[in-house]
Amino acid sequence: MSNEIKPKKRRDFLFTATYTIGAVGLGAAIWPLVDQMNPDSSVKALSTTEVDISNIEPGKTITVLWRGKPIFIRRRTKNEIAEAAAVDIKDLKDPEKDSDRTKNPEWLVMVGVCTHLGCVPLGDKGEYKAWFCPCHGTHYDTSGRVRKGPAPKNLEIPKYEFVDSNTIKIG
Amino acid sequence: MREKMLVLLNKIINRMFIIFIISIIPCTVFSEEKSVDFIETNWSFKGLFGTFDRASLQRGYQVYTEVCAGCHSVQHLSYRNLSEKGGPEFSIEEAKAIAAQFDVEDGPNSDGEMFMRPGRLSDKFVSPYPNVEASTAANGGAYPPDMSVLAKARKGGADYLYSLLLGYDEAPEGFELDDGVYYNKYMPGNKIKMSEPIIEGIVEYSDGTNPTKEQVAKDITTFLVWASEPHLESQHRMGFKTIIYLIILITLVYMSKQRVWSRFGSNAKEEKEEETFDKIERAVTEYEGENPKTFK
Amino acid sequence: MSEEKYIPKSKLGQWFDSRLPLLTLTHHLTSYPTPKNLNYWWTFGGILTFCLITQIVTGLVLAMHYVAHVDHAFESIEHIMRDVNYGWLIRYVHANGASMFFLAVYIHIFRSLFYGSYKAPREIIWIIGLLIYILMMATAFMGYVLPWGQMSFWGATVITNLFSAIPLVGESITTWLWGGYSVDNPTLNRFYSLHYLLPFLIFGLVILHIWALHVPGNNNPVGIDVKKNNNETMPFHPYMVMKDLFALLLFITVFLWFVFFAPNVLGHPDNYIEANPLVTPAHIVPEWYLLPFYAILRAIPSKLGGVIFMFSAIFILMLLPWLDTCKIRSSTYRPIYKKFFWLLLFVVILLGYLGAKPPEGVYLILSRLATAYYFIHFLVILPVLGRYEKTDPLPQSISDPVLDKPGVFDKFKKAAAKYEGENASSFK
Repeated sequence: MSNEIKPKKRRDFLFTATYTIGAVGLGAAIWPLVDQMNPDSSVKALSTTEVDISNIEPGKTITVLWRGKPIFIRRRTKNEIAEAAAVDIKDLKDPEKDSDRTKNPEWLVMVGVCTHLGCVPLGDKGEYKAWFCPCHGTHYDTSGRVRKGPAPKNLEIPKYEFVDSNTIKIG
Repeated sequence: MREKMLVLLNKIINRMFIIFIISIIPCTVFSEEKSVDFIETNWSFKGLFGTFDRASLQRGYQVYTEVCAGCHSVQHLSYRNLSEKGGPEFSIEEAKAIAAQFDVEDGPNSDGEMFMRPGRLSDKFVSPYPNVEASTAANGGAYPPDMSVLAKARKGGADYLYSLLLGYDEAPEGFELDDGVYYNKYMPGNKIKMSEPIIEGIVEYSDGTNPTKEQVAKDITTFLVWASEPHLESQHRMGFKTIIYLIILITLVYMSKQRVWSRFGSNAKEEKEEETFDKIERAVTEYEGENPKTFK
Repeated sequence: MSEEKYIPKSKLGQWFDSRLPLLTLTHHLTSYPTPKNLNYWWTFGGILTFCLITQIVTGLVLAMHYVAHVDHAFESIEHIMRDVNYGWLIRYVHANGASMFFLAVYIHIFRSLFYGSYKAPREIIWIIGLLIYILMMATAFMGYVLPWGQMSFWGATVITNLFSAIPLVGESITTWLWGGYSVDNPTLNRFYSLHYLLPFLIFGLVILHIWALHVPGNNNPVGIDVKKNNNETMPFHPYMVMKDLFALLLFITVFLWFVFFAPNVLGHPDNYIEANPLVTPAHIVPEWYLLPFYAILRAIPSKLGGVIFMFSAIFILMLLPWLDTCKIRSSTYRPIYKKFFWLLLFVVILLGYLGAKPPEGVYLILSRLATAYYFIHFLVILPVLGRYEKTDPLPQSISDPVLDKPGVFDKFKKAAAKYEGENASSFK
C-alpha cells in the first residue's frame, strides 16, 4: 500500500512534463502561422519615402503615398501660419501648439487620415478653410487640429525629416 | 489435385520474383552509366549545421556584378537582402551605397512620365535587359537564365554550377560545334552558348584572396546558392532545434504511453491469467486428442 | 459502438445534449472500443488526419500571399520564400506535406491489403477511402500547377491532354478544361479555385470514412472479429490516442527532416524554372506518388488504351472486396496470398521506378510486364486464390494468435508443466 503513492506522484510529474513540453511545441508551431500575417520584409523595406518638395508653391498641397496611406504636405501661406499660431490651445479638443506640429512652420506634413474612422479629409474645405472630412463631418484647422465634429484627435504627424531644403524623408 | 496446384503456384511465384529481381539489375546499371561525376569541393553551407562563408558571399557578389550581371538577372533579389542576416551581411551603409550605384526606373511622376533615380534598399536587383525577348536577341538566340533560383533549378545544384563553370574544354575529336557554341563537359548535351565566363584573374579581390579560377567559381556558386535560398541558415538552425525538441517530446510521450498502457494491463491481469489457463487447457485437450503421448 | 446509452452527468450537459448530442458524440469517440492487438501500421489513420489538417492550414496561409496569375504566380512564390515571415517554412511544409500525405496513404492502403481490411463488413470504408485517394491525387496535381514552373505547366498540359483521347468529345473537353486553346491563365485560376475546394471535400469524406469505420469497428492484425466486453478491446482514449500520438511524432520527425534539411529532393529542379510554353523539358515526370500510374499510362501503346488502363488501375481497387473472395482477412493465415501481396508491393514500386525512366528499351518491356501483373493480380490471382488457397487455421480469439505459430507446443509443455506442478489434477 505504501508504495502506491510514489508511482502516482511520478506519473503526475511525467504527464505534467509531457503536457508542458507538448504545449510549448504547439505554441512554437502556431507562431509562424500567426506571424506570417504581419508586414513582411518587402513591406517593411518601403517604410521610408523621400519626397521632392521643390515644386510646391505656397498655399498648395501635395499628397504622397506612404505605407499605403496618404500624406499631406502643405506649404502654408503666411496667413495660415498666423491663424494656426493664434489659436488658444485651451479651446481645443486635443490641445497641441502649432509649433509642436511642424519642424518648419512653412511646411505642414501629416497623415491624411481622419482620426475618427479613417476617411481621407478634403483640402481647402470646411469652417476653417483647411480640411474637412466628408464621412462624418469633422472640421480641421490650418494646423490639422480637430475643431468640430466626432474625431477625437488631431491629424497624425508622421516621423519625417528634412534631408535638405528640397527633400523630405518620411518614416 | 489441390496440393499439386499449390506446389505449382508456389513455383510460379518464386520464379516471378527471381525474374523481376534479375531484370531490375540491368536497369540500375543503365542509369548509373549516364550520370556525370561533378567536380568535388567543400561547401560550408552543406550539412546539418551548414552556414555560408560571409567573405565568400561578398566576393561572390563582386563576381556577379563584374562578370555575370552583364547578361544574367537576379530579379528576385533586393538590395536590402545584401545586408540581411544570413547573407553576405554587408553593413546597411555599404548596401545603400551598392544600391545607389544603379539607376532604377520609377514613376510616373506628377507629369505622368517615368524617370530614373538612384536605387534604394527596397529595390529589386536591376536586370540587364528589359525583357526575355531583348536578352534572347542580344545573346544570339540563347536566353541567359535568371539566376535567382538557379541553384535550385538545376540537377546537382551547387556542384553542377561549380563544375559547369570549370568544365570548359576543347571539344573532342569529331564533335561538331556551331559558331558561338562552346564545349562543356557538364552541360547536358555538352553544348553551351555561354562563352567561358571565368578566366584567371578576371576579378581583383579587395580582401587579397587569390582569384584563381576555382576560387572565383566557388565564390559565385556560394553567392548563387544563397540567392536561391536566402533563409538557409535559419532553416538549418531551426531544423536542428526542432529535431532536438522532438527527441525530448517523443521520449516523454513514449514513457507516458507506456504508463497509460500499464494501467490496462494491471486491471486485467488476474482475469487474463485465468483466461490463459482456460485456453491452455482447451488447446491441450485438443492436441491430446490427436497425439496423446506428448504430455505425460 | 458503445452499447449502453450515454447520459451526461450535469443537468446543463443533459439539457445541451438532448438538443445537440455533441457530448454523446465525444463520449462515443473517446470510449470507442479498439482491438488491443492493433499494431503500429494502424496508427496511419491518425497520421493521415494530421496530414490533411496540416495541408489545409498551411494552404490557407499560403493562399493569403499567392497570386493566381500567369505573370505573378512564380514571382509570388518567390515572395513567399523570401519576404513573408516564415514563408519559406510554411511553403516547404506544404510542399513536402503533400509527399508525406501520400507516403502515409500508401502505407495505409497496403496495410489494408495485407490485413484484408476491405472485406465484409468494411467495403464502404474501403470505397470511401479510395474516393479520398482519388480526390487527393486530383488536389495534388492541381496544387503542383500553382507555382507555375516548367513541370507545373507541362505536367498540366500532359495530364489535361489525356482527356483528348476520349473519342468524339475529347477535344471539346480539353478546351473546356483549359478555358482556352492551351494551359493558360484561365486554367491556372480554375485549378487554384479547385485546389482550394477539394481538400474540404476530402475532409467531409474523412468524416464519412471514420463514421463507416465506427459501425463495425476496427479490423485487427489477426483479422477475426473481436469479442466486445471481453478484455479484447480498449477505449480509444487514452490508449490509442497515446499510441497514435507517439507514432505521429515519429512521423513528424521524418517529415520535418525533409522540410529543414532536404526540402527540394522530392520535387523536380525544373519547377524552379518559370513556365515557358515554347520549351518542353527533356523529361516530364509527375511527382513521385503518381509515377506508378504514369508508368501504366506509357506502357500501353495506344493513346486511348493508356488512359483507360491508367484509370482502370485505380478503379479496379473499388471492386477489390468482391474480387478477393477469400473469407479470411489477415494474410498471416493465407500463406500464398501473402507472397502475392509482397509481389504486388514490389511491382507497384517497380512501376514507380519505371515511371521516372524514359519509356524505351528495357524500361518499356518491364513496365508492360509490371502492368500486366498489376491487372492479373486483381482480376485473376485473387479470385483463384479465394477458391483454391489452403489457409492456416484461425485462432479462437485475438488474445492468443500465438497458439497457431510453430513451436507453440513447446511453450505449452512448459506452461502445462508449471500448471501441473501447482495443481496436478487439472490434466489427466
